[in-house]
Amino acid sequence: METHIVEKLASFINDGILDSEMIHMESEHSALSAALGASATGVRTFSATASQGLALMHEILFVVSGMRLPVVMSIANRSLSAPINIWNDHQDSISARDSGWMQFYAESSQEALDTMIIAYKIAENKDVLLPAMVCIDGFTLSHVYEPVDIPEQKSVDRFLSPYKPVYKLDPEKPLTMGPVGFPDSFMYFKHAQQKAMESALQVIKKVNTEFKQQFGRDYGDGILEGYKMNDAKQAVVCMGSVCGTVRVAVDKMRKDGKKVGMIKLKTYRPFPKKRLVEVSKGLKGMAVLDKNISFGNYGALFTDLKAVLSDKIKMNNFIIGLGGRDITVKHVEEVVGKIGSKKDIEWVY
Amino acid sequence: MIPEEELFAKGHRACAGCGSALAMRHALKAAGKNTIISHATGCMEVVSSPYPETAWRVPWIHAAFENAAAVGSGIDRALKRQGKRENVNLLVIGGDGSTFDIGFQALSAAIERQQNFCYICYENNAYMNTGIQRSGATPKYASTTTSPAGKVVHGKMEWKKHMPLIVAAHNEGVYVATANIAFVQDYIDKVKKGLAKKGPAYIEVYCPCPPGWKISPSQTVEVAKVAFKSKVTPLYEIENGVLKFTKEPSSFVPVIEHLKTQGRFKHMTGEEVNEVQLHLDKNYEKLKKLEETCVRL
Ligand SMILES: Cc1ncc(C[n+]2csc(CCOP(=O)(O)OP(=O)(O)O)c2C)c(N)n1
Ligand code: SF4
Ligand SMILES: [Mg+2]
Repeated sequence: METHIVEKLASFINDGILDSEMIHMESEHSALSAALGASATGVRTFSATASQGLALMHEILFVVSGMRLPVVMSIANRSLSAPINIWNDHQDSISARDSGWMQFYAESSQEALDTMIIAYKIAENKDVLLPAMVCIDGFTLSHVYEPVDIPEQKSVDRFLSPYKPVYKLDPEKPLTMGPVGFPDSFMYFKHAQQKAMESALQVIKKVNTEFKQQFGRDYGDGILEGYKMNDAKQAVVCMGSVCGTVRVAVDKMRKDGKKVGMIKLKTYRPFPKKRLVEVSKGLKGMAVLDKNISFGNYGALFTDLKAVLSDKIKMNNFIIGLGGRDITVKHVEEVVGKIGSKKDIEWVY
Repeated sequence: MIPEEELFAKGHRACAGCGSALAMRHALKAAGKNTIISHATGCMEVVSSPYPETAWRVPWIHAAFENAAAVGSGIDRALKRQGKRENVNLLVIGGDGSTFDIGFQALSAAIERQQNFCYICYENNAYMNTGIQRSGATPKYASTTTSPAGKVVHGKMEWKKHMPLIVAAHNEGVYVATANIAFVQDYIDKVKKGLAKKGPAYIEVYCPCPPGWKISPSQTVEVAKVAFKSKVTPLYEIENGVLKFTKEPSSFVPVIEHLKTQGRFKHMTGEEVNEVQLHLDKNYEKLKKLEETCVRL
């Protein structure tokens, strides 16, 4: 469990600020299982985890998404053992990439908070009904103090109306949840999940627009943000808090006359293929920053991008920031300098 | 009176003579319509829910092999939040593999939290769904696919885990009972009691399995009766930490009578049979002592 978040929620509840049930589970596997049971019984549910805890939940991630339960969970992204290391990278959530959960990566504390609220509205949409992970970088976001505007309960309630489940466990209307799917039906279930992911892209846009209208804060279309991309010839593609560092580096390189921009990918699943192609138009080269590694291959974001972008864009993969390794403006400038080099994957440290 | 209404519908895919299916059927007769079930992966889940069919006439959810008690904990609290906890019976159902082995942690923690549900372990002595592998509930010397009776090693080499006492040791707030599908009224009474109690209840019901035990489908109830007479399934309950027998045979039979009903024990030597007899005698004696002394577990 991600301690800070859970501790704070516990004190909110015990001080009477938050009207909610908290179940103290003995493991993350059970925590997600309890969230599953509660969600299936018709209530809005939340859990928080990271790293080993998310790895322990792995089995149940697929059950929650397969049962189309809109559970929202924050992931304070941290590395996976061994060696044991408590610091930030994306190996944990990337390893859960194919579990059928939407994944949103936040750049700042404010974005982390806002995305939690936004995530519920997307997850619970009837055309979606998928669980969502709000990924916030461990330590860089999870353990820092930053001024954050906390919206009033009343306005959040206006944005996110009380949860109305489509199906729930209720003796008045018995139904069977989690049946055996034989080969004759199984693929229908899986295809429906894939379709829901595709529908989610529209819903993400819609909900982010509504959020902007009501709260005045803007995360683009909620899918991705192109920073100084209009005339850019080269771009850095990245996710999470490192986007802040990349922004500064891009500004600096722009001053030096380099036509560099940044593609901040906020929604990693569903993977926004069309939007990525659009935003990459006119690019000659790209540095893809991955805070994860698919051992024996490239970083996950790089392989995903390779599958959708034109071969005309020179793409280089940089594995960065594993286990909390610092990544500075200088590093970003260096990787941009290496775009187009023959070595298509490099480790930066 | 046992209600006529069948909430576990016929037409499910359990083998002929399945003792566990009887345990499902009668659990629902005890619980009635106003029930929600959280079910672990295993034979009873698989035979009852082949999409788009279902044998369950009450709301039922299956998530995984080891987490039925954790899912049940979520249901328990969600019902409480909606102000419906008082009117709904919550059953959590798992096989012996899911209860004694892989789901033990989730069950233990749910009891520690005093979660309000009645857990039923349908105990058929092995992982039957996946092809008769040994579990922590498999009796010593039983031949299973992972503890086969070989020339050197004669089946499973360890004694069965004593789950009811382990569960009772958590705290006095848990109601514990053993049951046997041969004694339906006793079983139904215990499920009712477990449900009526606020807080956790654990009921372990002994369920012969024809293919797993190598018995004829017609012998299920008979085999369960002989098990009872030979001290294999003492019937008792533990309430507020105090153990009480609920039913005892008028006379006991030697365990060989039990062992010889089943193909899975046919390789046992006389010495091994004696060893099992001694073990069962001691176990029965221990339980009787607990009853006599009223010592609180
Ligand atoms: C984590 C995990 N491991 C293994 C399995 C495969 N599996 C499904 S049911 C089962 C055995 C169930 O045994 P038990 O709980 O005794 O129930 P029974 O089949 O005997 O009714 C196994 C091993 C699984 N579903 N999940
Ligand atoms: S294998 Fe055994 S427990 Fe499973 S359905 Fe058949 S008889 Fe019942
Ligand atoms: Mg079993």
